[in-house]
Amino acid sequence: MSEVFILIPGRTSKQGCGISEGKFTDGYRSETSLLQVCPQDMQRLGLAEGDRVRLSSDTGQVEVAIVPAKGDELPPGVLFIAYGDLSSRLMGCDTHGSGMPTSKGLDVVMEKIV
Amino acid sequence: MSIATKKNAAPDPSLKIVQDATCTFCGCVCDDIDLSVKDNHIVEAKRACVLGKSWFLNHHVDERPSCLISGQPAPVADGIERASQILAGAKYPIIYGLSDTTCEAQRIAVGIGDWIGGTVDTTTSVCHGPSGMAFQGVGEVTCSLGEIANRGDLIIFWGSNPAESHPRHFTKYSLMPKGMFLPNGRKDRTCVLVDVRKTKSAKAADIFLQIKPRRDFEALWILRALAQGLELDPEETELETGVPLAAWQDLMTRMKAAKFGVLLFGMGLTMTRGKHLNTEALLALVRDMNAYTRFVAKPMRGHGNVTGADNVVSWQTGYPFGVNLSRGYPRFNPGEYTTADTLARGEADAAMIIASDPMANFSQAARERLAAIPFIALDPKETPTTRAATVAFTTATYGINTPGTVYRMDDVPIPLRPAFDSPHPSDFEILSGIERRVKQLKAAVRLP
Repeated sequence: MSEVFILIPGRTSKQGCGISEGKFTDGYRSETSLLQVCPQDMQRLGLAEGDRVRLSSDTGQVEVAIVPAKGDELPPGVLFIAYGDLSSRLMGCDTHGSGMPTSKGLDVVMEKIV
Repeated sequence: MSIATKKNAAPDPSLKIVQDATCTFCGCVCDDIDLSVKDNHIVEAKRACVLGKSWFLNHHVDERPSCLISGQPAPVADGIERASQILAGAKYPIIYGLSDTTCEAQRIAVGIGDWIGGTVDTTTSVCHGPSGMAFQGVGEVTCSLGEIANRGDLIIFWGSNPAESHPRHFTKYSLMPKGMFLPNGRKDRTCVLVDVRKTKSAKAADIFLQIKPRRDFEALWILRALAQGLELDPEETELETGVPLAAWQDLMTRMKAAKFGVLLFGMGLTMTRGKHLNTEALLALVRDMNAYTRFVAKPMRGHGNVTGADNVVSWQTGYPFGVNLSRGYPRFNPGEYTTADTLARGEADAAMIIASDPMANFSQAARERLAAIPFIALDPKETPTTRAATVAFTTATYGINTPGTVYRMDDVPIPLRPAFDSPHPSDFEILSGIERRVKQLKAAVRLP
């Protein structure tokens, strides 16, 4: 499977606490490398919790484990990951004259790693 | 143990209590935290939220050397000398970060930027920098968080998830407080959340509007049109925003009926396609609303003193971030002088990073450039940036180890009450040393 999704990196409580605990701790690393996927998308694509997927943008590629988003937190077609090293690797460097690279709402291709 | 026994128990002489300490993790800058300190460890942080507790309780004095040059321990004086030589000898030096240090240290950093003819930028440029641009274009109808607590009867969060990013915002300022004109607290307020995700903050809201990703600009202009009484096509409105026209009309009715409306916006607007145009639309909407009622807007600022960084850089240069001083006077141009750009384009040939981690947060091209040039890093903790730095200073943590001033997200200055001393120097001390030496080096060059 391979499909285009919209990725939203953002703050989570665990990621925020992880900054204080240390960026090289297991807690911070695991929180920032876990991709939340809408349960309907997981079912449609035959994905299970813990499966690993590859996310590719125009500028980068990362591999992450997936977890179903809680309840109806995510609509179909939208992915979420906590801010961190991996989310930033998918971000382009063009700021369109603003100083801010587009860091949310990124087009990414998600494919299951078999 | 009964309460009576607790009260009668002799106080632990080794326990130091710091009352009304200030948490500098996020822009709420809560200054009502009571810390219990034992053997240079904070063992309790009363009233702190989950992020604040983690900030205080995980603070241990780092056992790394105070200075590393090329990864090797070195005297701090040697580090200051090497850092000064790097900055004074560069053609396009940049200074970046600054949002997690005191205003006093920020002021010195801007001074160094002036002496070396460098570029001074803060993490604002990758946070609410686009909002800063919009403020200049539209203006900001604003207020303090105290006014929100006392008056705000319609609270709209847009592209912000305070339940996870600013956990005490609801209870201290925006939703729960019983205010001067809101005697029943939460019951007297209506809370609306507009976001792409149904985040944890949705549970705190009375109304949740889930818009399509990357359609904030369209949604805000629909509200502007409704404020003017324009008729809109229901099908097109829902197609563009993902939300029925009736829901937007209901929101506009509530906005006009509010006595004191508040629009609090987050990085869901500034980091998404449209950026400053999104925030410009929001600020213009709030300005429009003042034809009907009192309405204000506030950005939800992230880092503990990012607002201070905006203030200090503005005092000293006239601009809030992305300021180039190479011609001897300040020039402001986001996209040209902002760090994500000066690094990614390969322009910067030396850098000083203060309390920030671009090696983990910037684009790949920017990280590669930073890794290829000599740079100095100041940080209390070890990060990917300190590991890659030519000169890395381990510094005391602001608010926990050092006094000073920070600015809350509503531009209110708050003093810091440190809990215990650190063996490491403060950012202020390191930067003051670098400024003194850079002045000498630059003066020597200018002498005939």
